[in-house]
Amino acid sequence: MITAIAFYFFSAVLLLSALCVITARNPVHSVLFLILAFFNAAGLFVLLGAEFIAMILVIVYVGAVAVLFLFVVMMLDISFADLRKGAMQYVPLGILIGGLMLAELVTLYMAWPAKPPVEALPMANVTNTVHLGQVLYTDYVLPFQVSGLVLLVAMIGAIVLTFRQREGVRRQKIAQQVSRKQADVISIEKIPTGKGIG
Amino acid sequence: MTPDFWNDYGMPFLFMVLQIVITIGAVIFSVAYLTYAERKVQGAMQRRQGPTTVGPFGLLQPIADGIKLLSKETIIPSQANKPVFFLAPMLLFSLALVAWAVIPVSAKIVIADINVGVLYLFAISSMGVYGVIMAGWASNSRYAFLGGMRSASQMVSYEVSMGLVIVCVILATGTMNLSEIVTAERPVWLQILLLPMLVVFLVSILAETNRAPFDLPEGESELSGGFMVEYSAFAYAMFFLGEYANMILMSAMATILFLGGWLPPFEIQALAFVPGIIWFVLKVCAVLFFFLWTRATFPRYRYDQLMRLGWKIFLPLSLIWVVVIAGTLLYMGRI
Repeated sequence: MITAIAFYFFSAVLLLSALCVITARNPVHSVLFLILAFFNAAGLFVLLGAEFIAMILVIVYVGAVAVLFLFVVMMLDISFADLRKGAMQYVPLGILIGGLMLAELVTLYMAWPAKPPVEALPMANVTNTVHLGQVLYTDYVLPFQVSGLVLLVAMIGAIVLTFRQREGVRRQKIAQQVSRKQADVISIEKIPTGKGIG
Repeated sequence: MTPDFWNDYGMPFLFMVLQIVITIGAVIFSVAYLTYAERKVQGAMQRRQGPTTVGPFGLLQPIADGIKLLSKETIIPSQANKPVFFLAPMLLFSLALVAWAVIPVSAKIVIADINVGVLYLFAISSMGVYGVIMAGWASNSRYAFLGGMRSASQMVSYEVSMGLVIVCVILATGTMNLSEIVTAERPVWLQILLLPMLVVFLVSILAETNRAPFDLPEGESELSGGFMVEYSAFAYAMFFLGEYANMILMSAMATILFLGGWLPPFEIQALAFVPGIIWFVLKVCAVLFFFLWTRATFPRYRYDQLMRLGWKIFLPLSLIWVVVIAGTLLYMGRI
């Protein structure tokens, strides 16, 4: 019973906050609702017994991705009310794409084989983190590594695209600073009285 | 109401509430006396006395401070975004409390002994940044906003190396359950191997909790209080409690991951008669002393130095160390 109540609670909050993401007038509020939605999705994963995925969802999406998102949105100074003015003209297109995706999902659901192709694994008494690791690094090692590689390429690509070498910028060179000796930079002169350094 | 319903739901619920109340009470009490300890320790390090007047040895000072803060007027900036403005301190404080659910303070005493305890702790601590960033934005003040921005990038940066340090510990112990991490067998070579990661972790938790020498989000000399400059009275008290509760939480985390939790130091069996919770508290106090010690001795970092330390030193170091530890464990036949 508790599980059922928790499920309906998490799902209700998830759907409501997802709705608020697109209806909130303030973009920062939108992002905060998005975070709430992520969090409730994590709650649903916990109810499914997938605690590893739930925690990773919170760590990656809530703890890192959404922070950067919030960071960017907070810096923007745009009035979303102005952006919304012309939004109605895109409604037909939106309905078209939405309908298309719904149709695809329905076809997928109809065409899905009755018995899932992945067989239940024989190790029943290990935690699902161990389970996940064993599956990822044995049966699915190639797709897993390839997706990792794709992410790496995307990351390097982003760095290359945004990295600009500017001329005339003095950078701090820590090694140089540390290796500097007192004798190289300071000389102590004994100055005779009344004569100056000349 | 049937007796079954009472036995199935009523009793566990009451028990849960009791556990929560005890935890919150203990955390708030520790926070109060951590502030006292901070003032006394810093006083001693700077040849001052610290609080002496309120109660014997000034022991009632934290309570007096608390009453003073609560009796003040709450001021809300007229341009502030009210819901977010009040959500921020609540979020920060409650996050610092919920994490205690998985902390095993002794072999038996833990509220929720979950399998992914480390990840849970990491997830909770990575959400702490929202309290700060929301406070900075909602205050609608430049100082607060700059403080929030600094904090967001600082906490995200140090989380990365903290995550890798945690990966090292998980590798070495082979589990994500906090109680099992404490009891896992750790030969001397493994402990020596984990020592550099302890250093990285200790420095990272300073940055993660915005403590000196990484307290740039608050930086009173340039930001006059940073993200919490617009807060007063109870909302400010929540931030304060949250920050100190976070310090205690991070110290508990360091204790569990590296210092052997409730086990007696160096696993000396002669000391095993002392209850585990006492060792745990002592170890947490030792890490907290490190927090206070650094605050009293180190000047504040410059922001670019902070970022450089996080991204260019700690991140590569901890990344290499994950490989080193994994390789050594493989060589020793432990995985």
